[in-house]
Amino acid sequence: MTEPHELTASEVARLIASGEATAEECVDSVIERIHAVERRVHAYITLDEEGARQKAKQIDQRIKERKPVGRLAGTVVAIKDNMCTQGTRTTCSSHMLESFIPPYDATAVERIKRADGVVIGKTNMDEFAMGTSTETSHFGPTYNPWDLTRVPGGSSGGSAAAVVCGETNLALGSDTGGSVRCPASFCSTVGLKPTYGLVSRYGLIAYANSLEQIGPLTKTVEDCATLLTVIAGHDERDCTTANLDVKDYTNHLKKPISKVRVGVVKELFGEGTHEGVAKTVMRGVDTLGELTSGYEEVSLPSLEYSLPAYYLIAMSEASSNLARYDGLRYGYRTPDESLEWGDTYSKTRMEGFGAEVRRRVILGSFALSAGYYDRYYLKALQVRTLVRRDFERAFSGFDVLVGPTMPLPPFKVGEKIKDPLELYMCDVDTVPVNLAGLPAISVPCGFFEGLPIGMQIIGRPFAEELILGVANAFEKSHRLEARSPPLR
Amino acid sequence: MAESHDKKTRRITIREVEHAAVLAKIGLAEDEKVQLTEQLDRILDYFHTIDQLNLNGVPPTHHVIELVNVLRDDSPQRTLPRKKALSNASKVEENFFKAPRIV
Amino acid sequence: MEKAGVKIGLEIHCQLTNLKTKLFCGCPSDYRGKEPNTTVCPVCLGIPGTLPRPNQKAVEDAVMVAVALSSHISEETVFYRKNYYYPDMSKNFQISQYDGGGGVPVATSGMISVEEDGIKIKVRVRRLQLEEDPAKLVHLGAIDTSPYTLVDYNRAGIALLEIVTEPDLTSPREARLLLQKLRSILEHLGVSDGSLEGAMRCDANISLAGGARTEVKNISSFKEVERALNFEVMRQRSLMARGLKAGQETRHWDETRRTTITLRTKEEEQDYRYFPEPDLTPMRIPGEMIESIRWRMPELPDARKDRFVKQYHLPPMSASVLTSEKALADFFEKCAHLYPNARQICNWITTDLLRCLHGQNLEIGESKITPANLVEMLRMIDEGVISGKIGKKILPEMVKTGSSPREVAHRHGLVRISEHEVLEKVVKSVFDEFPSAVKDALTDEKAVHYLVGQVMKRTEGRADPQLANKLIRERLRSKTPQVS
Repeated sequence: MTEPHELTASEVARLIASGEATAEECVDSVIERIHAVERRVHAYITLDEEGARQKAKQIDQRIKERKPVGRLAGTVVAIKDNMCTQGTRTTCSSHMLESFIPPYDATAVERIKRADGVVIGKTNMDEFAMGTSTETSHFGPTYNPWDLTRVPGGSSGGSAAAVVCGETNLALGSDTGGSVRCPASFCSTVGLKPTYGLVSRYGLIAYANSLEQIGPLTKTVEDCATLLTVIAGHDERDCTTANLDVKDYTNHLKKPISKVRVGVVKELFGEGTHEGVAKTVMRGVDTLGELTSGYEEVSLPSLEYSLPAYYLIAMSEASSNLARYDGLRYGYRTPDESLEWGDTYSKTRMEGFGAEVRRRVILGSFALSAGYYDRYYLKALQVRTLVRRDFERAFSGFDVLVGPTMPLPPFKVGEKIKDPLELYMCDVDTVPVNLAGLPAISVPCGFFEGLPIGMQIIGRPFAEELILGVANAFEKSHRLEARSPPLR
Repeated sequence: MAESHDKKTRRITIREVEHAAVLAKIGLAEDEKVQLTEQLDRILDYFHTIDQLNLNGVPPTHHVIELVNVLRDDSPQRTLPRKKALSNASKVEENFFKAPRIV
Repeated sequence: MEKAGVKIGLEIHCQLTNLKTKLFCGCPSDYRGKEPNTTVCPVCLGIPGTLPRPNQKAVEDAVMVAVALSSHISEETVFYRKNYYYPDMSKNFQISQYDGGGGVPVATSGMISVEEDGIKIKVRVRRLQLEEDPAKLVHLGAIDTSPYTLVDYNRAGIALLEIVTEPDLTSPREARLLLQKLRSILEHLGVSDGSLEGAMRCDANISLAGGARTEVKNISSFKEVERALNFEVMRQRSLMARGLKAGQETRHWDETRRTTITLRTKEEEQDYRYFPEPDLTPMRIPGEMIESIRWRMPELPDARKDRFVKQYHLPPMSASVLTSEKALADFFEKCAHLYPNARQICNWITTDLLRCLHGQNLEIGESKITPANLVEMLRMIDEGVISGKIGKKILPEMVKTGSSPREVAHRHGLVRISEHEVLEKVVKSVFDEFPSAVKDALTDEKAVHYLVGQVMKRTEGRADPQLANKLIRERLRSKTPQVS
């Protein structure tokens, strides 16, 4: 018997559309679930239960009056706390923005609201999206619903955890170096990073502008396609969005994929890959091979250098994007009023930012500084060119590229946080995709000793339809031991 | 002849970390500096693996999406009401944002 | 002032005041006189999550200025981030442009020609680029004693054109002339109104006799440019005279104390960490766009000056003066459409009118006098209603109040006296007062002139001199003893 909180968003939408359930009932069941598990999972920073109930009531009223309702009517959506929500505090899990209330909605949030999605709250994340485990959050970590002593992945850990244990139907995350796909893998959910430029970044509080995209975290591939359809598309407020027609990504989910050529990326199974991960993902690759025209290994040698290139670019951009936090127009300000402006800024930023943020901003400033720009930032941009070229070359022989999403299963809370470099290394399989700006989806692939493992499917630019189709077929065929964590 | 223990090149010194922190306008406590320098040194050392690549003639990629001339019409849009503009500021005086003194 | 060895370069920031909106957001650009923090939006306030959107017309205006300055326009140009902290920065980086490390601004290698005493000087323009204006800071008293700083973001994000010259200027006066010329060009192009407060600001670089380069900042007007640079030249000369060298440094011009002071902030240590703005796309400026801009370009000051010489037969120097300010040239042409004698208009404008304006510390645009007013005055002189001298007298009030010359003249009773009866009385009283002169006048022409002069004096110049002459001679004749 499926618990209400285990329903997919598509199932919820069908129930509401058919009149079998009201929006209020569906939202209430999610709220009940939150009450049951949130104290242990800690997926949320801010919850607006009353607002959610109000919105649900409004939707039910409109349905009653036979007025049209949006595609997401009655489904609960959780938003990662680095996307601006008008009137609701948006903290980026940082002390610096603890009481920041945006005067506007991010475009993605606006589109969800317009589609009648019920935004229930803001989810926990690594501070300013800098992290791979949601442990750098100023408000404490989120715990993996499959094993509460372990991390849910990061930086969109709250969103992934909430989705998989029923604290929301759908969630939005953001992916700069794997921050949607990593928690999707660790929490056994579906997570998609769209092609750079498909989804507007207006309202996404910037960490690294040339690398990041907002992406859905969902229970199923169908839900992912639905949410992507709602948020994707050109936005005149973001000059880096593509001029493409709006697509419905659910239309071709069942398109046959027997002719799809699958390339298994050698470097994604590199030296640091956990044995359990490799085995589990290869089982997934085998399934894919049967559904398609088969698979072959392909090598993208420059991927070995993508981690340093990624971090140099990300930290450099971050050092500039986070410069605005000086306590003057918004955010935390040091209570010490005796200082002149420069020292006030320094103290505010020292006190307002956590250690990982301070580390990256300082290192990023160094990488851009006079005498080092060519050695670090510029070089990283050149490596990026090589990574793109390698992908281009690979895509001339294959339609999708696959590999593990993460090189390891979810680790214990506190295990890696003391060593920044060790944590950075966990991103080795996800960052190449951000460097190249490609779309990639992580799908649940199996478990190792009860811990979720995800498989990553990468596509050409703007090939979301194809990778969703492949992922959908995979999801229907590949047997998983469990779909929801045993969390009561 | 005793071998030098410190063969590895320092990628960043304490002075450079201090300077970078000044550029970043982030205060550093004295007891933080040493540990931070060690961490950053390790990280940068790892980043230096990209030195193994031959990047001659490789152009940098600044944007992964090939767009040009994305511009906007010179037409006025709605402004933010002043109350909202000032609402997140911790110090406001007579409709101005209040900053500390300049020396 | 001895020119030898003085080298001056200018870094000029001009607001594109005729745009309707700011450079990267749709906030209205007319912020002057508005309540603080009312022409702002999440973008120009730097609210987290916001993104810039460049103003297309700003780019077109920049290209037009580049064409007017005969510059080399880049095929592709990119915005860069200039990273530094200051309370007037809403993001603590300025979206600007950069001509280093592979960066290309809108234009390079241009030229502005300046005329000094009939000699043409060519000043090379190193670069021309777009950038955003920071916010305005308000202090309690002087900047370094104010206990806090108040910030108004109304100005933040306004489009600026930065124009940097090579150190081709050889005197402070030339620097001022260059700024005037540039202002005139920008106004003729219709991209900027230089009369608005803060619309044109500049920093100067100056070196003497191949010595170190001093940067002078905080120059708020053209007049101040000349003053500040004159001060610097003298300061450095006196150092040299004592065998000392002027150091390479940045100095701040203090308008009130009329001196430059060393800036305590270590400007030379600023590391701006320039990198291309990731949130904006490159801009390609195709040849067709440049051609179409060249085609539609309005008349520039130099061309207008030549036309004035040809069309209105004006002496070149006067034409130069007129076209040095667009509003002045416009005023002249409007008058010329209403009155046939262009040279006369020109004389009046370039001498008496300009003198009045300077005396009242006004630009022509700020004064109340209209072309119709000036033309009416000229007609009144032609008709003999007033004399030229009276014209000069009433001009200041016309400039100040905008009243018509007829009103002013009547108000002060300055209308020419041409009524016989009135003048007769005056002539009689002059004759009564100066009997010896009258006697002399019977034989001596000079004395006749003297008497006319006295009539003019007594009527405060209002008497019709010809009529006065006539009446005096008639009276004299009547005094001549009849020869029988």
